[in-house]
Amino acid sequence: MTAVSPARPAPPPRRMNRKQRRLMLIAAAGAVLFVAAGLVLFAMRDTIVFFYGPTEIAEKGLQPGTRMRLGGLVEAGSVERGPGQRVSFAVTDGKNTVRVGYEGLLPDLFREGQGVVTEGVFEGAGRFRADSVLAKHDETYMPREVADALKKQGHWQPGVQKPGQ
Amino acid sequence: MIVEIGHFALALALGVAVVQALVPLWGVSRQDTALASVGPAAAITCFLLVALSFAALVSAYVRSDFSVETVVANSHSTQPLIYKITSVWGNHEGSMLLWVLILTLFGALVALSRNSLPMRLRAGTLAAQGLVTVAFLAFVLLTSNPFARLDPAPADGQDLNPILQDLGLAIHPPLLYVGYVGFSITYAFAVAALIDGRIDAVWARAVRPWTLLAWVFLTLGIAMGSYWAYYELGWGGWWFWDPVENASLMPWLAGTALIHSTVVMEKRDALKVWTILLAILTFSLSLLGTFIVRSGVLTSVHSFASDPQRGLFILGILVFFVGGSLALFAWRAPLLRQGGLFAPVSRESALVVNNLFIATACATVFIGTLYPLVLEMITGDKISVGPPFFNATFVPVLVPLLLVLPLGQTLAWKRGDLLGAAQRVLAAFILAILVALALIAFSRGGPVLAPLGVGLGVFLVASALFDIGERVVGRASGVQAMFSRAIGLPRSAWGTAFAHAGVGLTVIGIAASAWSSEAIGVLKQGESLSSGRYTITLDSITPRTGPNFRADVARFKLAAGDRVLAPIEASKRVYTARAMPTTEAGIHTDGLSQAYVALGEAQADGGIAVRFYDKPLILLVWLGAVVMAFGGGLSLTDRRFRLAAPRRAQPRAAIVQPAE
Repeated sequence: MTAVSPARPAPPPRRMNRKQRRLMLIAAAGAVLFVAAGLVLFAMRDTIVFFYGPTEIAEKGLQPGTRMRLGGLVEAGSVERGPGQRVSFAVTDGKNTVRVGYEGLLPDLFREGQGVVTEGVFEGAGRFRADSVLAKHDETYMPREVADALKKQGHWQPGVQKPGQ
Repeated sequence: MIVEIGHFALALALGVAVVQALVPLWGVSRQDTALASVGPAAAITCFLLVALSFAALVSAYVRSDFSVETVVANSHSTQPLIYKITSVWGNHEGSMLLWVLILTLFGALVALSRNSLPMRLRAGTLAAQGLVTVAFLAFVLLTSNPFARLDPAPADGQDLNPILQDLGLAIHPPLLYVGYVGFSITYAFAVAALIDGRIDAVWARAVRPWTLLAWVFLTLGIAMGSYWAYYELGWGGWWFWDPVENASLMPWLAGTALIHSTVVMEKRDALKVWTILLAILTFSLSLLGTFIVRSGVLTSVHSFASDPQRGLFILGILVFFVGGSLALFAWRAPLLRQGGLFAPVSRESALVVNNLFIATACATVFIGTLYPLVLEMITGDKISVGPPFFNATFVPVLVPLLLVLPLGQTLAWKRGDLLGAAQRVLAAFILAILVALALIAFSRGGPVLAPLGVGLGVFLVASALFDIGERVVGRASGVQAMFSRAIGLPRSAWGTAFAHAGVGLTVIGIAASAWSSEAIGVLKQGESLSSGRYTITLDSITPRTGPNFRADVARFKLAAGDRVLAPIEASKRVYTARAMPTTEAGIHTDGLSQAYVALGEAQADGGIAVRFYDKPLILLVWLGAVVMAFGGGLSLTDRRFRLAAPRRAQPRAAIVQPAE
C-alpha cells in the first residue's frame, strides 16, 4: 500500500541488527511450531481411532465402549433390515464374526460378500454399533485394511476382487 | 496403427526429454550459446510429441478401439461422446499421460515466453523441467503404458466407473493437474537458481506468474473436486479430510505461501533462501500427492487400482527429486546473498507471519496424512486420522492468521504503522462484530462458533472491500476521478482484494454449515419430510432409461414455509455394464443456500428411504474459491508481468486446448 501515504508519520523504529531480527524470527517461529506440536499431540491422543478386524477384536480383548473402525466382508445372508432405517449385518474375516448394528442409509455399494469399513463403538460380546458405514467409489475396490485382515486369516483371493481382469 | 504412432511418439518424447535435460546444462558450463539454446527447441518438440501421443489415445477412446487394454477397462460403446473422451483420464494410465502432457506443456511455455530471462536461468530451468519429464515419461512407458494392446479384442468395454461419468469430473482432473504440475516450473526455476548460485528480483518476477497460474488452476481444481464429491457421493459433505484430498490441499497451502513470499522477494529482495526452499517443497508435495494417489499406500475412497511396482517407481522418483533438490539446496543456499532488512512491523513481516502460519498448517495436514502410514510401518497398528484431528489442529493454526490478515494487508512496506493499520480495519472489525452479535442473538441455542466464524468471514470480506474502496475514493472528488483512480490501481492490488475477499466468503460458507440440518426418513407417495427451513413431499417415482443406465427418478415437491419452490428430482441409477448403482442427488439452489435430497433403498412396504438436507449458504464455500482464483487471475494480468513477458499471452491460450 505504498500508494497511500499514511495519515501520520510512523513511530521511530527500534534499531535492531540482523542477528537480533533473526533471533526474533526464530523465536516467533518456534512459538508457533511449539503450539502446533502441542495441538497435534493433544489431537493424536483424542481423535484417532484404531482399525481392527473381527479376529483382532477377539484376540486383543477390547474393552466395551472403545471407539474404533471395523472392517471385513459383509457375511452372505446376514443382512437383516429392521423398522425404518435400522439395519444389522455380520462382518467376518472368515474366522471370527462381529454383529454390526447401524441406523441410517447404506452406501450404494454395500452388498453381501463385499468388503466394508464401519466406524463406531464396540459394545462387547461380539457386537458393534456403527455410526458410519464408509462409501466406496468403485465396486472392485477393496479397502486395504480389509484386504490385510483377510490375508492374515488366509481368505484373500486377489483374483476374486477384480472381476474385470 | 494410430495407437502405435501414439506409443512411438511417447518413446521418442523420452529421447527428446533426455536431450532437454542434459544439453542446455552442458552448454552453460562450456559457455556455448548454441548448445544452451537447444533447451527451448527440445522442450517444444517434446510437448508436440506428447500432444500427438495424447491425441492418439483420445482417438482410440473416441473410436471405442477395444483392442486397447485401457479402453476396454474404462470405456463402453454406449457411453456418450463426452464421457468417452473423459474416460481417457478417468484411469491411472491415461491420467498419467495427461500429467506428462501438462508437464511438457509448461516446459514449452517457458521455452516460448520471450521475457527477459537470463540465458543461464532459462537453460537451467528447462534442463530441470526436462529431467522431471524424463522420469515421468519413463514411468508411463515402463509401468503404465496406456497403449497396451489386447488380443483378442473383446466385443465391448467394461464402462467407465459410473461415478466418474459426470461433467464435474470431466474437468476436475485437468484443472487439478495444471495446478499440481504447474508447480514443477517453480521447482525447475528454484533448481536452476541454485545451480546458478544467484537469485534476485528478476528471478522472483520470472517465477511469480507461473506460481500464480498454477495456484489459480489448483484452487479451481480443488473447488471443483469438492463440489463434485458434494453432489455425486450423496452424503452432503464437501470435504472429508481424505488422504487424497489432503494430497491436493498440501501443495495448495505451500503454493499460497509461495505466492506471498515471492512478493516479498520481488519488491524487497528479501526472504530469498526461504522462497527457494518453498518452491522446492511445493512441487515435492505435488509429487507426494501423486505417490499417495497412485501407490495405494494409504486407504482412500479415491485410490486408483494400486500396484506395488508403480508405487515403488514413484517412490523412487519422489526420493530422487525431493532428496536431490534438498541436497542441492543445502549445498548452494548458503552462497545466496542476504536480502534486504525490514522492521518488525511492516508488510514484509506480515507476509512472514503468513508464511509461518500457512507452513505450520500445512505441516499439521502432512502429519495427519502420513502418521497412519508411519505408525503402521513401525508397530503394525492401523489407525484412521479423521476430521476431528484436523479440526483440532489445522483450524486453530489457520484462524489466527485469518484474524490478522486484514492488518497485514494494509501495512506499508519496509516500516509499517500498526496503530494506523488498526484504525484502517476498525470499520470492518466493528461491522464483523455487529454481524456476529446479531447472529448470536437470532440463533440462540445454536452452535456458538458458527456466528464467530461468519463474523471472521465478514471481517475478511469487508476489510478487503474497504481497503480497495479507500484507495479508489481516497481524496479524489467526483465519479470520474474515482474511476480513473480505480483504473490506475495496479491489477495486483485488485487481485489481492478479490483473493482475500474470496477467503472470507469461503470462511462464511464453512461457518454457516454448522446451521445445516439433516433428516432421514422413509417416504411413501404424498408423505412429507422436513429439514431446517425446507419441506419435501414425495410426488412420484418413475423409471427412466439413459444411454448406458436405468434409473428410478423420484420427484418431490419442495416448499420453504409458505413459499412453493421448483420441484426436486433425485434418482438411483444402475449402470448396466457394471451393474453398479449410483445415487444422483436432487439439489435445489435457493439463493446461496441449497436443499439437497438423496435417495436410499426402496423399502419392502413401497416407501423409499430419503436423506434430506438444508444447507444454508453452502454455495459460498465454492464461490469463495472461485473469487480467490479470479483474484489470482487478475494479479496475473498485472502490468509488470506483461511488460516482463510480452509474448506469453499467446501461448497461454493453448492451455485449454489439449484438455478438450
